[in-house]
Amino acid sequence: MTRQKRSHHRLKRAVAPYLYLSPSLLIIGLLMLLPMVTVIGYSFQNSAVLRRDPSFAGLKHYQAIFADPVFWASLWHTLYFTCMSVVFHMTIGMVFALMLNSDRINPTLRNILRVLYILPWLFTAVIIAVIWRLLLEPNGVVNSVLMQMGIIGSKVEWFSSPETALHAVTFANIWAGYPLFMVSLLAGLQGIPKDFYEAAYIDGAKAYQKLIFITIPQLMPIIISISLLDFIWTMQVFPLIWITTGGGPIYSTEVLSTYTYKLAFSSYNLSQASASAVVILLISLGLTLFYIRYQKAR
Amino acid sequence: MRKRHTPKDRLITVALHVALAAGLFFAAFPIYWMLSSSFKSNTEIFALPPTVLPKAFTLEAYAAILGDPVKLRFFFNSYFVAGAVTVLTVLIALLAAYGFSRFNFRGKGSLNTLIISTQTIPPITLLIPFFGLVVSYGIFDTYVALILTYLVFTLPYAILLMTGYLNTLPRDLDEAVAVDGGTSWTALWRVIVPISLPGIVATSVYTFLLCWNEFLFALTLTKSTSMRTVPIGIQLLMGQHAFEWNQMMAMSVLGSLPLLVIYLVAQRFFLAGMTAGSVK
Repeated sequence: MTRQKRSHHRLKRAVAPYLYLSPSLLIIGLLMLLPMVTVIGYSFQNSAVLRRDPSFAGLKHYQAIFADPVFWASLWHTLYFTCMSVVFHMTIGMVFALMLNSDRINPTLRNILRVLYILPWLFTAVIIAVIWRLLLEPNGVVNSVLMQMGIIGSKVEWFSSPETALHAVTFANIWAGYPLFMVSLLAGLQGIPKDFYEAAYIDGAKAYQKLIFITIPQLMPIIISISLLDFIWTMQVFPLIWITTGGGPIYSTEVLSTYTYKLAFSSYNLSQASASAVVILLISLGLTLFYIRYQKAR
Repeated sequence: MRKRHTPKDRLITVALHVALAAGLFFAAFPIYWMLSSSFKSNTEIFALPPTVLPKAFTLEAYAAILGDPVKLRFFFNSYFVAGAVTVLTVLIALLAAYGFSRFNFRGKGSLNTLIISTQTIPPITLLIPFFGLVVSYGIFDTYVALILTYLVFTLPYAILLMTGYLNTLPRDLDEAVAVDGGTSWTALWRVIVPISLPGIVATSVYTFLLCWNEFLFALTLTKSTSMRTVPIGIQLLMGQHAFEWNQMMAMSVLGSLPLLVIYLVAQRFFLAGMTAGSVK
C-alpha cells in the first residue's frame, strides 16, 4: 500500500464508527433529547403548545403543582405502589426461584413449572388490567369465593371503593411483575459455584444458614440492579391504573403518570402538565444516575 | 451426599410441592380464568357459583371479534406498526452496534452511558412534547407518528442488545475481510450479518413485544377508530354499552397470541431479550 492510500484508509477507519452510529444518534437526539429540552421549555410558558407565541411564566406552573394537594397525594400513591410492588416482586421472585432451583423436584416438573410461573409476564398491561377487573368485579369470582369461605361478609367493590382501590391495583401489579426477578434470580442461582454449598455442608451448615451466608450475598448484585430498574419502571406505570381505576375513586389511586396525563389531555393545561412531567423526569434521572453508578462500580 | 429418607426430609419435600402448587395457582389462575371466560356466554360469566369449566362451551365471543372489521383493523394496525418498527429498529441498531463493537473512537464511553440512561426516561415526560411535535408536523393520527415514537423507545435497548451479541463474535472474521482489501461495510454484510441471526432474532422479539404492548402513545397520538391498536381496542370495548366480558376476554386472548407463540417457539430469545439489559 502506498502511504497516501494508507492514510486514506486510516481516515476511513476514523470516520466509519460515526457514520454507523449516525442514524441512531440522529433519532435519539431529535426525538429524545430535543423533546426533553422542549418539555422543560413548555413548563416555563403560559399556554404551551396551544398558542403560537406563549409568554414566559417563570416558576408559576411549578408553584401551582406544589400547591396542589392532588399532586402530593399522587406522589404518595406512586411511592406506595412502587415500593410495595418492588418488595413483593423481589420476595415472590426469590421464593419461586429458590423453589424451582431445589433438587427435591423432578427436572420435567421443574421445566413445566418454570414456563407456567413466567406466564403473567407475557400479558400486556391492558390485558392484565382487564383480567383483574373481571376477577375483582363485585359479582366476580374472587368475591364469590371469599364470601363462601366466610372471609368477607358482603361484596367488596375492590376497584371502586377508596379504601381498597390502591391495594387492589398494587396487587394486580405485583402479580404482573414478579417474573423478571424470578428469571434473573434463577439465572443467578445457577451461577453460584457448587463448591460453596459443599464446603458449607462439610461444615455442617443448616439450610437457612446457606441461604443467608451464601445464596443471598451471591445474588446481591442482581437483586440491587433489578430492584433499581423495577423501581424506575414501576414508578412510570400508566395503563394498568388507567384501565382499572383511571386514578379514582376520588383520586385514591391517582399516581404521578395519571395525574400528569389528566392535566395535559383532560384539562388541556399542557404547561402545568409539562412542569409535572419535568418533576417525574428529575426523579427518574436521580434514580438512573444511582443505577449507572452502581453498574460502573461493579 | 445428602440423607434423603428421614421423615423430616420427606415432610420438607411434601411441603415444597404444596408450595409449588400454591405458586402455580397464583401465577396461572387469572390467565386460566380469562381463557375459560372467553368460551362462556356473557350470562354464564357471572353465574353463581362460578363455573370453573364453561358449562355451555361457545365460540360466540371469538366469532363476534373476528367477524367485526373494526376489530380486525385494530389487529392489522398492531401487527403493521410493530412489524415496521421491528424492521427499522433492527437495521438501525445493527449499524450502531457494529460501530460500538468493532471500532474505538472518541466519546464511545459517554455515548454508551447516554444510551443506557435513555432507557429509563419516563414515557409520560416525552408524551407532551411528542404531542406538540406530531400536531405541528401534521402527522397526528397516522402510522408515521406511531412508528417514529416507538422507534425512540425500542432503539436504545436494541443497540445494547446487538452490541452485546456482536461482542461475542470473534474479530478475526471481519479482520480477514479487511486483509483482503474489503471495507468494514462489506465485512458487516458478508460476514457479520449472516452469523448474527440469533442476536437479530432476540432484538426483533424484544422490539416487537414492546410495540405490541404500547398503550400511552397509541392512546394519545391517534384518534380515529381506524388508527387504533389492539390495547386501545380493548379499552374501547370496555367503554362500550353493557360490558361484554366474554368478548373482552376473547380479544385479550387474541391480543396475547403473538407473545405466547413467540415465547413458546423462541423461549431462549424471548428471555435473552427481556433480561439481558437488566442482568448485565
